[in-house]
Amino acid sequence: MNKSALWIRIAAPIGVLVAVAILWHLAVDWFKLPAVLLPKPQRVLQAIWTERAKLLNGAWVTFQASALGLLASTLIGSLVAILFSQSSWIRTALYPYVIFLQTVPIVAIAPLLIVWSGAEFRTVVLVSCIISIFPIISNVTSGLLSIDQNHLDLFRLQGASRWKTLLKLRIPSAIGSLVQGLRISCGLSVIGAIVGELFVGNSGASDGLGALMNAMQANLKTAELIGAIIACTILGILLFLAVEALNRWVLRRWTIDTGFESDR
Amino acid sequence: MATAAIRCETIRVVFDNRTGKQTILDGLDLDVPMGQIVTLLGPSGCGKSTLLRVVAGLTQATEGTVTIEGKSVAQSQNKLAFVFQESALLPWRTVWQNVRLPWELRRGLGAGELQSRLESVLELVGFKPADWNKKPHQLSGGMKMRASIARALITQPDILLLDEPFAALDDMLRSKLNDLLLQIVEQTQTTMLFVTHNISEAIYLSHSIAVFSHGRIGERIEVDLPFPRTAAARSSPEFAAMYGRVSQSLARNASV
Repeated sequence: MNKSALWIRIAAPIGVLVAVAILWHLAVDWFKLPAVLLPKPQRVLQAIWTERAKLLNGAWVTFQASALGLLASTLIGSLVAILFSQSSWIRTALYPYVIFLQTVPIVAIAPLLIVWSGAEFRTVVLVSCIISIFPIISNVTSGLLSIDQNHLDLFRLQGASRWKTLLKLRIPSAIGSLVQGLRISCGLSVIGAIVGELFVGNSGASDGLGALMNAMQANLKTAELIGAIIACTILGILLFLAVEALNRWVLRRWTIDTGFESDR
Repeated sequence: MATAAIRCETIRVVFDNRTGKQTILDGLDLDVPMGQIVTLLGPSGCGKSTLLRVVAGLTQATEGTVTIEGKSVAQSQNKLAFVFQESALLPWRTVWQNVRLPWELRRGLGAGELQSRLESVLELVGFKPADWNKKPHQLSGGMKMRASIARALITQPDILLLDEPFAALDDMLRSKLNDLLLQIVEQTQTTMLFVTHNISEAIYLSHSIAVFSHGRIGERIEVDLPFPRTAAARSSPEFAAMYGRVSQSLARNASV
C-alpha cells in the first residue's frame, strides 16, 4: 500500500467521526435536547475521562469474560465439529440442536442460566460461550468435511487410519475455516459477555461494562452510558484486530496453494 | 503364462447417476508386463482414469478382477503409488514433509533409512537441497509435479500409476518431465501405467500403447522405438510414422 492510500484509509474514517460529532453537537443545540436524553459529544468525552478508571476496569472484566467465552466456544465447538466430521449419523442426529444454539434468543435463556449457574462471573462466560459457539461449529465442520478428493485418495492409498487422516489431513485443512469462524465469533463473544453482565450485574457479582451500563442507566447517567457503549465497541474492535492478526499469521504459516505459477 | 505386473480381466464399471446407469468400462482386458511403461490413450471421458482408479483400489469394479503381481489389489497396496493430475501437495507442508508423508502414513515402515531415502529420491527428481524446505505455493508447476513424483517414489513402489500428471504443464516442461520418468524407470525398474491424451507423449514414453474404444481396449500398439530415448527421437521418421499409426487407431477406435 502506498503512502497516500494509507493516509486515506486512516483519514477517511476519522473525517466521518468528526462530521458525525459536529452534526450531533448541532442537533443537540438545534432541538434543545436535554443532557439526560442526549448529551453533547464533549460531555461524553468528559464523562469518559472522569469515569476512566471504572470504564477501564469494566472493559478489562468484560474482556476476560469474552476471551474466556471465546476460548471455551473454540475448544468445545472444535471438538463438536470433529465429532460431526466422523459420522454423518452423529451429524444428522445432533445438528438440529446446534442450530437451536444459533436461533434461541440469548436474552430469553440468560435468566435460566443464572438460576442454574448462579449470578457469577462463570455465568457471564457461559453466555458468551453459547452465543459465540455456532460459527465455530459450523465453519470447522465445513472445513473438516471439505477436503480435496485427491488428498483423501492419497491417504486411502497409503492405508492411513481414520485417526491419522483426522490428525494429518482434516484438522490442518480446517485451520483456515476455524479462523474464519473466529472472525465472526469474536464480536459475538463480546455481545454475549455484555448480555450476561446485564443480567448478572444487578447482583453485584460482576463489575464489567454490562453491569456498569445497568447502574448508569438506573442513575440516568446518559453521558457515562454512551461512554460505556464506546468502550464496548473499542473492546470488540480490539478483539477483532487480534483475530485478524491471528488470521494473517495462520495464512502465512498455512499457506494456501494458489495453483500453478510460471516455471522458473 | 508369465505373471504380469498388472492384469485386468473383463473389468466392468457401471455408475449410477441421475440419468440412469452409465457404463464406463465394459469388459476391459489389459496386461502390463513388469518393468514396462504402458500408456492408456483415448479421448477425455473414455474411462482411462477410471481404470487407473480401479487398479489402485480407489474405485470398485462392478465386475471383473484386477491382480497385481498375481495378488489382489487389497493385498498389494504397498506395491502401488499414484501420481495425480494435480500435484496434490499439502499446502501447509514443505517439500521435504510432503515427500515424507507416505512414510508417516503407512504402517510398519521404520525410520532407519528414511533420511537417506528422502535425500536420494529428491535428488533423483532434480530437487536442490535449497528447495527442500519450500512450501508448495513457493514452487513452480514443474517443481510441484517433481515433488509429487518424489512422494510417489519414497516407498519404492513396484508399480507407478500416473493420471495425466503433466496435462497442465507447457510443452517444454512436459518434455523435461517425460525424460525424468524415463530416467526413473531406467534406474528403478518401476512398472508404469500412464494415462494421457497426448499422442506424442504416449509414443515417447511407452513400450506399448493401449488405445481405448468404448470402455474397452480397442487396439494395443507396441512402440518399437529403441531405448534409451532422447529428445532427438521425437523428430525421427520412425516417430512420425508411429504418430500417424496411433492417430489413425485413435480416430478408428473413437468412431467404432
